[in-house]
Amino acid sequence: MIRALQIEPVKCTGCLQCEMACSYEKEGVFNPAKSRIKVFNFHEEGRMVPYTCTQCAEAWCLHACPVDAIRLDAETGAKIVVDVLCVGCKVCTIACPFGTINYNASAGVVVKCDLCDGDPECAKACPTEAITYVDADWTGLERMRDWADKTANEQPQA
Amino acid sequence: MGWHGKILRVDLSKGTCKAEDLNQEWARNYLGQRGLATKYLCEETDPKVDPLSPDNKLIFATGPLTGSMASTGGRYSVITKGPLTNCIACSNSGGYWGAELKFAGWDMVILEGKSKKPVYLFISDDEATLMPADDLWGKSVWETEPTIKARLQDPQIRVTSIGRAGENGVLYAGIINDLHRAAGRSGVGAVMGSKNLKAIAVRGTKGDKPHDPKAFMEATVAGKKVLAENAVTGQGLPTYGTQVLMNVINEIGAMPTRNWREVQFDGAAAISGEAMHEPRKSDGKANLVTNQACFGCTIACGRISKIDEEHFTVKTKPEYWHASGGVEYEAAWALGSDTGIDDLEALTYANYLCNEDGFDPISFGATVAAAMELYEMGAITDKDTGGIELKFGSVEALTTLTELTAKGEGFGKEIGLGSKRLCEKYGHPDLSMTVKGQEFPAYDARGIQGMGLTYATSNRGACHLRSYTVASEVMGIPEKTDPLVTDGKAGLVMAFQDATAVVDSSGLCVFVTFAWSMEDIAPQIQAACEGDWSVENLLLTGERIWNLERKYNLSAGMTAKDDTLPKRLLKEAAKTGPAKGKVNDLGKMLPEYYELRGWTTEGVPTNETLDRLAL
Repeated sequence: MIRALQIEPVKCTGCLQCEMACSYEKEGVFNPAKSRIKVFNFHEEGRMVPYTCTQCAEAWCLHACPVDAIRLDAETGAKIVVDVLCVGCKVCTIACPFGTINYNASAGVVVKCDLCDGDPECAKACPTEAITYVDADWTGLERMRDWADKTANEQPQA
Repeated sequence: MGWHGKILRVDLSKGTCKAEDLNQEWARNYLGQRGLATKYLCEETDPKVDPLSPDNKLIFATGPLTGSMASTGGRYSVITKGPLTNCIACSNSGGYWGAELKFAGWDMVILEGKSKKPVYLFISDDEATLMPADDLWGKSVWETEPTIKARLQDPQIRVTSIGRAGENGVLYAGIINDLHRAAGRSGVGAVMGSKNLKAIAVRGTKGDKPHDPKAFMEATVAGKKVLAENAVTGQGLPTYGTQVLMNVINEIGAMPTRNWREVQFDGAAAISGEAMHEPRKSDGKANLVTNQACFGCTIACGRISKIDEEHFTVKTKPEYWHASGGVEYEAAWALGSDTGIDDLEALTYANYLCNEDGFDPISFGATVAAAMELYEMGAITDKDTGGIELKFGSVEALTTLTELTAKGEGFGKEIGLGSKRLCEKYGHPDLSMTVKGQEFPAYDARGIQGMGLTYATSNRGACHLRSYTVASEVMGIPEKTDPLVTDGKAGLVMAFQDATAVVDSSGLCVFVTFAWSMEDIAPQIQAACEGDWSVENLLLTGERIWNLERKYNLSAGMTAKDDTLPKRLLKEAAKTGPAKGKVNDLGKMLPEYYELRGWTTEGVPTNETLDRLAL
């Protein structure tokens, strides 16, 4: 089964454990500046929102890359940067409408979420299940369930 | 390696910034943050220094777990001599700033001297620069922080700054980072203001490197599991924040009310954590918007609130209609129960202003409460207050005084000096509910006896965060003791003081101790740092830190006479509740405490004690 990261901002507390876990897994350092997932704090709304690559099916980054350095991982559906092929031209960072692929100046290549070979560290580190790794075809399941519950169980009974 | 091994020394008089190696021997003996910065302060300054003079130093310090994946590992402390107390001041804050300083590669920043003109310090990894802040002076924290980020064109910068209270010499001005997290107590913000330092902006991209990353991950994952499964840290605090306590403490008759004349507040439920969840009658929305975590914290006790737009305090001020830090238990108590006010929206507004202009809602609310009692006695008149009717329960009096104190205008100037100076000026020093000049927090020591000893012996003046015996006496953590008896409390207070000194020096938040024992903490520190960080050595380190702070205070001029409580707690019995008829029996606990500490009957550490602790 192909899985996808599901992000539910309402559950996020802004602790940044996901950013720390990501940087440790991918770069071997505990450093939010090296994380591929970022948490945004919309202070005036009282909302914290984690954001990362959604692994588009027809990925802009993949199609834009002039040296075919971004490949599809067929097992996970992740679009993966092959570091040895990447020339650091950054065209993909311009092509991506979501900003989730970025240039890493110290490494000279672009970096993005690769779903950690199907075991994403951010989801494991999240203490509130604001980030989960679920069936990619059913990312709406929990919300459907909530609304089903509302529809059936919160209506005045006849 | 836990520590980066590097500190930043900023001479504000000369306008210079330079890197220095961290004294590793001191790090081994004092761990970090509170302990280590105290050691630096003791070595580098005269304890008799005038806190607001250029000779005082101001230290921003992280611990070895700050900026790590340990849960709550995002704390920093500000250490200096406090102008409110003339004692050691050490104020701890969460948010994201402390971790960012660590990520920039620094263990601490020592600021000395005084700048001729207002400046702010910008740290970008290895580079540190003093920048002009003339146009930021006179601005609130809420204006300063976004202005600096915009000016430096980097939204990822974290800022800690003072508002107008710190500039105007409010003696309990705090330092505010990330808009609403505060190094709140003892007036550390006034020291920053006296140095003409407006803010420290930090951007760090170097990250954190524990000594043994694999062991560290194992230890911190185990620790997080314990926090998640604990009723207090896994449920109570995330749901209600520290406000989970309001109804509990009121029920046991330990809720100081109307300047501690009473021990129960009939309006407690209306300003409680539960009330923050209730839909308002006016707009159907709850005061609470969400909970929020500080960096790395898996508890997430922080409150984010929105004030009712129709409330009279903000009806014509849309600039306060956004979400921001809501009331914690201490603020709700000091601004509410201590002044007899049960209007949650008004308290939230007052709390916003305390964050916006950087002053401690505990000391502020308690000073207003003392002023209200003086006013009702006739010792303070309308002439003194500029026409404000300072009656207990008056919402208008509270919110007007909050605005005046923030701006440093009118009677707000006197409120800004704290209750000790206010009560002395108006001829009733006994009505100041303070120890060593600092206002009490929200636990009545007649109903929780151990807290009396906690307050009397706290090295930074009255404080609940030096030995939170409420955990044992009310919540049964680690084991239940009777809050109304004094037996065993000397040992309990001492054990809590030493353990808390360790937590405050590590980079962790003291709230972990609701779930973690030292056996849970030690492996995390051990994996992060080189050296011996066994439970035994950690507790010895805690005791060493406590005694070092004590030595500083004794050298600053404190004596055993200052280890006391206001007459009201020692002579006026509680009128209602389970503690009815009780006073605090400090006299029964204090001599035993001195003895257990290895101090003389005058409260001075003996040579034997100092030798044992390598002091």
